[in-house]
Amino acid sequence: MNLLIKGGRVIDPSQGIDDTLDLVVENGLVKEIGPGLTAPAGAETIDAGGKYVVPGLIDMHVHLRDPGLEYKEDIISGTKAAVAGGFTSLVCMPNTKPAVDNKTVASYIINKAKAEGFCNVFPVGTITQGMHGDRLAEMGELKEAGCVAVSDDGKPVTNSELMRRALQYANGIGILVISHAEELELVGEGVMNEGFTSTELGLKGIPRVAEDIATAREVMLAEYVGAPVHIAHVSTKGSVQIIRDAKARGVKVTCETAPHYFTLTDDAVRGYNTTAKMNPPLREADDVAAIKQGLKDGTIDAIATDHAPHHIDEKDVEFNAAMNGIIGLETSLPLSLSLVQQGALSPNQLVEKMSCNPAKILSIDRGTLKPGSVADITVIDPARGWTVQADQLASKSKNSPWLGEAMTGAAAVTVVAGNVVFSGR
Amino acid sequence: MATEFKHKDIIALRDLNKDEIELLIATAESMREVNSRAIKKVPTLRGKTIINLFYESSTRTRTSFEIAGKRLSADTVNIAPSNSSATKGETLADTALNLLAMKPDIIVMRHAVSGSHYFLSKKVGCSIINAGDGAHEHPSQGLLDMLTIKDRYGRLDGLKVSIVGDITHSRVARSDIQGLTKMGSAIYLAGPPTMMPPGVERLGNVTVCGTMKEAIQDADVVIMLRIQQERQGKTLMPNAREYSRYFGLNPENLKLAKPDAVVMHPGPINRGVEMSSYVVDGSQSHILKQVENGVAVRMAMLYHVCGGELE
Repeated sequence: MNLLIKGGRVIDPSQGIDDTLDLVVENGLVKEIGPGLTAPAGAETIDAGGKYVVPGLIDMHVHLRDPGLEYKEDIISGTKAAVAGGFTSLVCMPNTKPAVDNKTVASYIINKAKAEGFCNVFPVGTITQGMHGDRLAEMGELKEAGCVAVSDDGKPVTNSELMRRALQYANGIGILVISHAEELELVGEGVMNEGFTSTELGLKGIPRVAEDIATAREVMLAEYVGAPVHIAHVSTKGSVQIIRDAKARGVKVTCETAPHYFTLTDDAVRGYNTTAKMNPPLREADDVAAIKQGLKDGTIDAIATDHAPHHIDEKDVEFNAAMNGIIGLETSLPLSLSLVQQGALSPNQLVEKMSCNPAKILSIDRGTLKPGSVADITVIDPARGWTVQADQLASKSKNSPWLGEAMTGAAAVTVVAGNVVFSGR
Repeated sequence: MATEFKHKDIIALRDLNKDEIELLIATAESMREVNSRAIKKVPTLRGKTIINLFYESSTRTRTSFEIAGKRLSADTVNIAPSNSSATKGETLADTALNLLAMKPDIIVMRHAVSGSHYFLSKKVGCSIINAGDGAHEHPSQGLLDMLTIKDRYGRLDGLKVSIVGDITHSRVARSDIQGLTKMGSAIYLAGPPTMMPPGVERLGNVTVCGTMKEAIQDADVVIMLRIQQERQGKTLMPNAREYSRYFGLNPENLKLAKPDAVVMHPGPINRGVEMSSYVVDGSQSHILKQVENGVAVRMAMLYHVCGGELE
């Protein structure tokens, strides 16, 4: 399909563009960006006046639950939620059933997404076989099958020697290791952040140092073996500082945070609210401030949702019994735009964190509007007001802490490979 | 008594204001008269059904609630789901809904998960009374502690109350702190730093002391908490012997408190660990008085959640 996206504020950090311009898509590729462009033959024209036109958003951390846990989400519903939230690419974690520890499962995901999905899906393979943490997974074949990274996300690789070897081996293959940084002994039976709120609610706490120590270990191992590492879902002030220091001395470390970590504190758990239960847990106000600062100064490279769908039966239970995680694909954009509203990020930085940087970190050919590149484009209406309602979410699961809340900003049009896959509501 | 008790449930003393706590204690005081009669029964809750749903084992609290219900002429049923439906995989909500279908007026529940009573309260229409939830609250214990203190001093304000032990895991400590702070007393906590939860001083008029000596110095009330080897044994303390040396109450360090200070313990006691037998059985011990008051306090709680009026 051919498109003329007219009069939008085109923001493409990969080319240093931030101006009111037109954009022409032809045969699924970006053809041209410039002022006063005319529509090619048979093109649909999209009026983008007052909107941002940006490289398609990439969520580098989601759980699509497919195969095996389709009662929570599947590739169809997950990618539908993605495009409604403005995402054109998803990077899905391997803790499915079976886990993505072999090329067959990886191929299944890629093929199903191509055949039935609404956007690109790039799978992550496991670091260890079956995510059991004792033998390396077949990373070479996982990469050949199309995996863009490896991770045992959901749990850490507790054995430091194995993690060292994973970093070395993956580096040799040229695949990134994504770490779920958590020191399990310190987590113990904790169910929320350890602090005043856990004291008052009488819930077992997870100390922030459980994440900090694990982050420090990953950074030190990466530095020692000279390999890159990416830290998933950074939630603490301590982790931000460790990563900032490591970057300053040249360690090849990148990291992401999630919208809930710069939006909510552990106060959201009050009332034993299971939609505020996730791992790592919501932290405190000084952590939120540090996460925002880390985003602003470039310590935190990416915003990813850690979209973690769970069935109502897994959340509508007593607090300790509830599963960890919240959905995020359809709320990430407005929550991240609020950082622009607050002046914590420029629109340019926002696009870097939600598109350019994830593409760069994972070496995928997206995150740009350069002529000739695949036309994955998100048209954002930064002013659109809407309310999060369970029955209007595309995701199968409704475990969002923002149900009933007002949001500002939404995807107006989502374009994947030149096709309009989502348009307004 | 002008105050009206408007709560359907009693889940936490944090949710009650000073007047409501005073009302419960005043009602408990009047209920004691029933307990001293030769025929210890009044018809107040005749026709009401109370289910005691205890997910954690309990002798004292469950028996106390059962006796309280029976003395008010309610029909009481005890269920320990750990050896019935819970082991068949039934959820808490389903168990409660099934019980609710039998039309109870009150469910008294003890559960290991903090906050599970709030969850239950959203699911069922009957009254919920918390008989202990995780490390959150144990409101009947807090109330009976206050009644016992009031018996001794005639008031609940301006007292120095020390609580010694594992504060982190103690629902008794949290209810005592919530209640006594609201009544105007000052709480002094002592225990190994491994057992002191972060920010606990923000729960009320609370001072965290570096030593037990500091906490019990000139105290009007000393509340000792149970040390559970299975819980604290691994990383929170070296062993019971050392714990007892630094945080055990004995006739010597009890002299630091005010003469005739009230000594209390929620039970069950580990004699020789948190308290020496000389103190447990000594003249300042109010431990059995606490148990006695427990029945009256629970009668008052059952009575008020049923919305009854004193005859």
